Amino acid sequence: MSIKLKALLKSPWVFHLSTGSCNNCDIEILDCLTPRFDIERFGMLLVGSIKHADVLLITGSGNRKSMERAKRLYEQIPKPCLVVAVGECALSRGMFIHSYNCPVPIDKVIPVDVYIPGCPPKPEAIIAGVVKLIEKVRKSTEKK
Amino acid sequence: MEKTIIPIGPYHPLQEEPEFFLLTVEGEKVVDIDVHIGYNHRGIEKLSETKTFDQSTFLIERICGICSTSHPFAYTRAVEDIIPIEVPERAKYIRTIIAEGERIHSHLLWLGLAGHFLGYNTVYMWAWKLREEILDVMEILTGNRNNYAMFKPGGVRRDIKSEDIPVVIKKIDSIVSTLEMLKKAVIDDPVLHARTKGIGILSKEDAINYCALGPTARASGVARDLRKDSPYGAYDKVEWDMIVTHNGDVFDKVVVRVLETFESIKIIKNCLLNLPGGEIDANIKDIPPGEGIGFIEAPRGECFHYVKSDGTNRPVRHKVRAPTFMNLPTYKATVIGEDISDATIILAAIDPCYCCTERMTVCNTKRKKIYNGKDLIKLSREKTEILRNKMGVK
Repeated sequence: MSIKLKALLKSPWVFHLSTGSCNNCDIEILDCLTPRFDIERFGMLLVGSIKHADVLLITGSGNRKSMERAKRLYEQIPKPCLVVAVGECALSRGMFIHSYNCPVPIDKVIPVDVYIPGCPPKPEAIIAGVVKLIEKVRKSTEKK
Repeated sequence: MEKTIIPIGPYHPLQEEPEFFLLTVEGEKVVDIDVHIGYNHRGIEKLSETKTFDQSTFLIERICGICSTSHPFAYTRAVEDIIPIEVPERAKYIRTIIAEGERIHSHLLWLGLAGHFLGYNTVYMWAWKLREEILDVMEILTGNRNNYAMFKPGGVRRDIKSEDIPVVIKKIDSIVSTLEMLKKAVIDDPVLHARTKGIGILSKEDAINYCALGPTARASGVARDLRKDSPYGAYDKVEWDMIVTHNGDVFDKVVVRVLETFESIKIIKNCLLNLPGGEIDANIKDIPPGEGIGFIEAPRGECFHYVKSDGTNRPVRHKVRAPTFMNLPTYKATVIGEDISDATIILAAIDPCYCCTERMTVCNTKRKKIYNGKDLIKLSREKTEILRNKMGVK
């Protein structure tokens, strides 16, 4: 395992990006930080700047105006990075699949590592998703 | 003094939604503000026209995650207004219970975020911890934490089981004592007083001129609440008070919201104890041609829906006006003249919800046209084409 990846998996810092969501997934992500779930004890921290982040949590159906910014933000995140799509909209655009303002699914624009389904996913599901992601990366690097 | 423009956003740690503020400042003072939105626009009004009246409730629920009861509530009232039809008593009570539960969780959510912006992470953690209890109550009643899917034109989808009622009342009683403590911690705190009193004042005249709604208006002394003025659901059958304060500053907005949660708890308890029996659904078959309006008091103010039907099973026009749409312009009255360090909490004080607001995108082509890369390439190719035709070169 490269030292970069090892450091990344130890304490993944998360940047949260909403590309036209209904707020629900975003609030459930914030909920993960509050006392009942408290993912900060696993070293996960929500950061304010994309340049400090290891994991990009992306929500929303990817509307025209915000996808331009999302692309730019993905270019700015230090690599290697991990991308997690949270919620039904980020997976497949869900209900907004026929909307004129949501032309492309997010994973056609940004490579996504883990999908967390649900509308909105419960905080437990989000935590489970991130844990699975970390395990997946760890296993794939151990084989090599 | 030299003017500086501070861009905030669209992706910033301030709020969970993307929105873009341009603060023009002179030294420390804010002299102008501009808000750019459109990062959340999903074309819900148009999508609603492609769905049946029954399916639309699920779509409308997803306008906003926090107001996921207010919008379906207003929409179903608009559809019932077309027919017109009276909803069964029990359904009215259940609707009121769900709507008030949402108000508590929305106000607590805002209180937590406000604390977070002020550097009071303790308030943030406490308020959100308390909010979890409310979400538990909602999960018992509806089966989901956020998108409740309880509403349908003509009634509600799910009944409240009689064995759940004592459990819910016990849980709500346990919330009151913690909320009392939180109220004392917030309202009696000297630092919070110093930080929020006399800041971002919205005078009564301004509140009326800008058509401010909900807690934003009530904090400025405008005693307007649809639940009292034009009662719907079961609000006229239970005892509760409208909270009105008169200073219009950020502190008063906090007070209004905190005290409103107590009133909401009172309403929920009253409704649960006096829940009448009977049907929960009026079984609407056809929706005749016509127009209908529905309005309810959402946590942020009046939420208004207009639905037009042509006799088929889909609406031909659906218009949504969310409360934040009216509250956003009050920034002009509150932020200007304040310090930059206070701008954050003033911007947050109206409890803005951009995904509710973004029902349209404005294209102001009169002032200037913005070309992007694709447009420029297209223009360049067109010019070559014209030149080719002129010169006769194929």
